[in-house]
Amino acid sequence: MGNSAGAGNLDIQKKAQARTLKAEVDHLSFYYGSFRSLKDISLSIHSNQVTALIGPSGCGKSTFLRCFNRIHDLYPGNRYEGAIRLYPDKLDILAREVDPLDVRMRIGMVFQKPSPFPTTIFENVAYGLRLRGLAPRAAVAEKVEQSLRAAALWDEVKDRLHALASNLSGGQQQRLCIARALAADPELLLFDEPTSALDPIATASIEELISGLKATVSILIVTHNMQQAARCSDYTAFLYMGELVEFGETDQIFIRPVKRETEDYITGRFG
Amino acid sequence: MSNGEHLSKQYDQELEELRARILHMGGMVEAQLQSAITSYERPDVKLAEEVIDADRNVNEQEVELDRVVVNMIVRRQPTAGDLRLIIGVARTVTELERIGDEATKIARAAKWLFDKQRSVRTPRLREIHSSALAAARMLRGALDALARLDAAAAAAIIDEDRGVDQQFQAILRQLITFMMEDPRTISPSLDAVWVAKAIERIGDHAKNIAEHVIFVAQGADVRHATPEEIARAVSQE
Repeated sequence: MGNSAGAGNLDIQKKAQARTLKAEVDHLSFYYGSFRSLKDISLSIHSNQVTALIGPSGCGKSTFLRCFNRIHDLYPGNRYEGAIRLYPDKLDILAREVDPLDVRMRIGMVFQKPSPFPTTIFENVAYGLRLRGLAPRAAVAEKVEQSLRAAALWDEVKDRLHALASNLSGGQQQRLCIARALAADPELLLFDEPTSALDPIATASIEELISGLKATVSILIVTHNMQQAARCSDYTAFLYMGELVEFGETDQIFIRPVKRETEDYITGRFG
Repeated sequence: MSNGEHLSKQYDQELEELRARILHMGGMVEAQLQSAITSYERPDVKLAEEVIDADRNVNEQEVELDRVVVNMIVRRQPTAGDLRLIIGVARTVTELERIGDEATKIARAAKWLFDKQRSVRTPRLREIHSSALAAARMLRGALDALARLDAAAAAAIIDEDRGVDQQFQAILRQLITFMMEDPRTISPSLDAVWVAKAIERIGDHAKNIAEHVIFVAQGADVRHATPEEIARAVSQE
């Protein structure tokens, strides 16, 4: 900040220009039947940056995240308006003609509760690779190792790759899910409260992992833990009742939020 | 959406207490400064010694407030306006403690002056009096601005510092003239220089407090900023 009083905004603009876009959310609304759950949201997701979504329960942050891999398509009556354009090709991932499976090849998701498949550690990661048609054993094995290493799990499981994934600890299972997502070489990785079921040490290792992953992938994370958003994100979006109240650099949001509602929420004055 | 209070009433109380304590410490330092100036102008040895003794209380307040600040950061992980208030208090504590030290220097000078004044011709400058008043006014203004989180008032205080700095330069020039004219005034003139310098430093610390107030109120860091930048920071909502 500083001389920053006036120059700060310029700096932010310059930084934003220097970064490339990974995705652009353009006037997105979402309806569960007749209920409008997201209201005309527009924001930019920057490449190789972590963007955090915060807000009270029911504000729409998970709904927002799920639009990115079209999970909502599974239920009838759900409806999107607006667009989410995935860069660099500006593919509108909400467009009817776009196959959700193609979208999910480019955008991975890690859920709140670790959700390994009921099979071995190796097969959990290899599954997506086979689905994509990668067949040679050696190639699959190499990619599995690479993904497990990227998820900081390799050293802990390399001697028991064919043990059941369900035998791993919660934190390890969550990293396995991250490895599974990474195996598909996603461009964007979605995390839906990835540490809410984990203890502080496992949480710290996942957060560390997220910070490391952004070198190769753009990240969108929903979290209830504001300190977590402050620790590991570059940008923060505050959602309230389906609306985007404020979006900005994480430092700005947590030190000098512009909107009263944001200030009230992050300082615990809500209610 | 909110009534301005935290979900945690305890947190509200802690913040309120923090505010009350820093203002209390400010009041102590203000009184210390007033007494220091009076002790120098009379000069009054007993009062000067009181000022020197009072510095211990100010130092204790500094340590205690720092402890409270660290505790709040650990327990509450403050953000936004709360974070800025707590950081602003931590910075202000340091300024106040240093003002206390400067007041103590003035009181020590008062004691020397009392010892010497019968034997030596001592320069008594009206400018020292007026710059002391200006610095004390700045301190009061900065503390008022802190109490009300009034960024505009704080900006006005920052502006006043230039006057105090200029007065110091003027005092210095006069004292140099004295010393050149009559070498017997060198020793007491040097004492007067220390006093003038202490006053000038107090003005600087008061200005720093005013800068911290702008940080707390507006989130803008105006240290080392130009007057135009300060005006812009204060005018933004």
